[in-house]
Amino acid sequence: MHWFLQSDFFYSFRNAPVAVASFFVFAVIILAAVFANFIAPNNPFDPASLNLMNGFTPPLQSNEFTGDVFLLGADDQGRDLFSTILYGLRISLFVGIMAVMLAMVMGVVLGLIAGYLGGWLDTFIMRFADIQMTFPSILVAMLIYGVAKGVLPPDLRYEMSIAVLIISIGLSEWVPFARTVRGLTLVEKEKEYITAAKMIGLRKSQIMSRHILPNVLGPVLVIATITFALAIIAEATLSFLGVGVPTTKPSLGTLIRIGQDFLFSGEWWILLFPALTLLALALSINLFGDWLRDTLNPKLK
Amino acid sequence: MLIIVLRRLLQAVMVLLFVALISFLIFRYVGNPVESLLGQEATVAQRAALEEALGLKDPIYEQYADFVLRALQFDFGNSYRGALPVAELIALRLPATLELAMTSAIFAVIFGVITGIYTAINRGGFIANLILSTSLVGVSLPTFLIGVLLIWVFSVELNWLPSFGRGEVVELGWWTTGFLTASGVKSLILPSITLGLYQMTLIMRLTRAEMLEVLRQDYIRLAVALGQSKRQVYFFHALPNILIPVITITGLQLGSVIAFAIITETVFQWPGVGLLFINAVYFVDIPVMSAYLLLVGFAFVVINLVVDLLYLLIDPRLRDGQLKRGAD
Repeated sequence: MHWFLQSDFFYSFRNAPVAVASFFVFAVIILAAVFANFIAPNNPFDPASLNLMNGFTPPLQSNEFTGDVFLLGADDQGRDLFSTILYGLRISLFVGIMAVMLAMVMGVVLGLIAGYLGGWLDTFIMRFADIQMTFPSILVAMLIYGVAKGVLPPDLRYEMSIAVLIISIGLSEWVPFARTVRGLTLVEKEKEYITAAKMIGLRKSQIMSRHILPNVLGPVLVIATITFALAIIAEATLSFLGVGVPTTKPSLGTLIRIGQDFLFSGEWWILLFPALTLLALALSINLFGDWLRDTLNPKLK
Repeated sequence: MLIIVLRRLLQAVMVLLFVALISFLIFRYVGNPVESLLGQEATVAQRAALEEALGLKDPIYEQYADFVLRALQFDFGNSYRGALPVAELIALRLPATLELAMTSAIFAVIFGVITGIYTAINRGGFIANLILSTSLVGVSLPTFLIGVLLIWVFSVELNWLPSFGRGEVVELGWWTTGFLTASGVKSLILPSITLGLYQMTLIMRLTRAEMLEVLRQDYIRLAVALGQSKRQVYFFHALPNILIPVITITGLQLGSVIAFAIITETVFQWPGVGLLFINAVYFVDIPVMSAYLLLVGFAFVVINLVVDLLYLLIDPRLRDGQLKRGAD
């Protein structure tokens, strides 16, 4: 801990107000999502705790039938919006983290293989990556989502939608990881310690995982931060379009879609608060990621 | 020169064939071609006859070749829903998407270049900084949120502009246009801004960076020293030199505009190809999805090809050396 507080990294963090502020906002959001079941006044996923009469209660006003008061109002089904946002954040963050993990593992493994083994595998992987990169990742995610739903039997489609969503977003974001790792691997594998590792007869898989991998992880973490923001936005977008999480377990995107439906009848709070939360989340990760990139690896700028 | 062009063409064809392969695999193995043509009420004998007629028992490479040949004749099979030919559905909705994409690209170029020049000339000024920091928030906002917020302000609160649909359209042969009616033009405004905003910020930042670079050059200082007015220097000496990269980026971005049109079209219920695609994903309408993939793949490959070839035309240095990618 002392070592960390003395490090250059922490010094430049302390002297970058934007980084401190965005990290603070992000930390608050994460904590709120993690401890949602202690903070939230009620559980929006438990139908028994809901009262339909509470539907459309404006923020901080008591409902004319039940007299209940909600901090941020209630949505169409009488769910407390504050609780729903907290639980929705959990889903958004969960999908985002899992998708980034998938993209990272896939990208790092394929990048290592392409860079270290080379040959036709390298050509194949990188050509595929090039072609995938021509298409925007949100389009790729939509396609994978549609195909996965087509492959699944109809009765499983609903239950599996979160898993399908994670896979679609993960598979659409692996290319930047693979490109970076491949490039770094090509540099690393010419160095002397790798020659030494070869000389003592280590297997290729050992060299890749124990020797090259630790040396290429720095930039990977930076890409992971940026991809995390992209994944959260992708999840919100897909859910908003109705091809994401099921409406019984709304994420931020689903809530915004519900909010748009009731905009014309004057229930603005259903839209505004989830939208602000999403904005705060995306902006804080982006700003923090930018700072991280400039600090850890100025060359990537 | 000719060899480079030919090699580039060959590359484009290879990429297209690869996209077609994925599209074919989706169409053939995820979807059910027999069902898509006959509907669910067909008898077993009818199915078997059609399987034979479609060549579903042929070797896979023959089926693939067949798929490509049929796609070249705009035959993508029938949609699962409504049993209309997919090509017809797409042709019906293409004008809406193309008009939207064109309008938003023009909006993005005009406003992007203007704000880019403004922020470069008035570097460090209050309004310039305001524009730059607003654009940062704009980039972080997901497209759909921008659309929803615009609807909230301009349709719900101010009631100035319509929030969905194309308004009244005029038919010109098979093309339908919204440009000729007042309601059509009004309906275009919000979707075009939503779709073009991201591109606009990109173009603005690029224009600003290029402009700052160009203004440092000697010939600009010479022009100033010769006593030309500021306006003359900016618009006749600096501007033409930044247009090439700006146009390139705009061209390369056209593909993304088409893809992001899916989101914009859903927000505004714009009856274009993107809305067709998202409904296809929702209802697992495989033939539409596979045809859309082909269509978008074709658009991307053609755009990249044209940009690359234009580069060859503009920059003679690229002709002898190896071909550099326009995007890099």
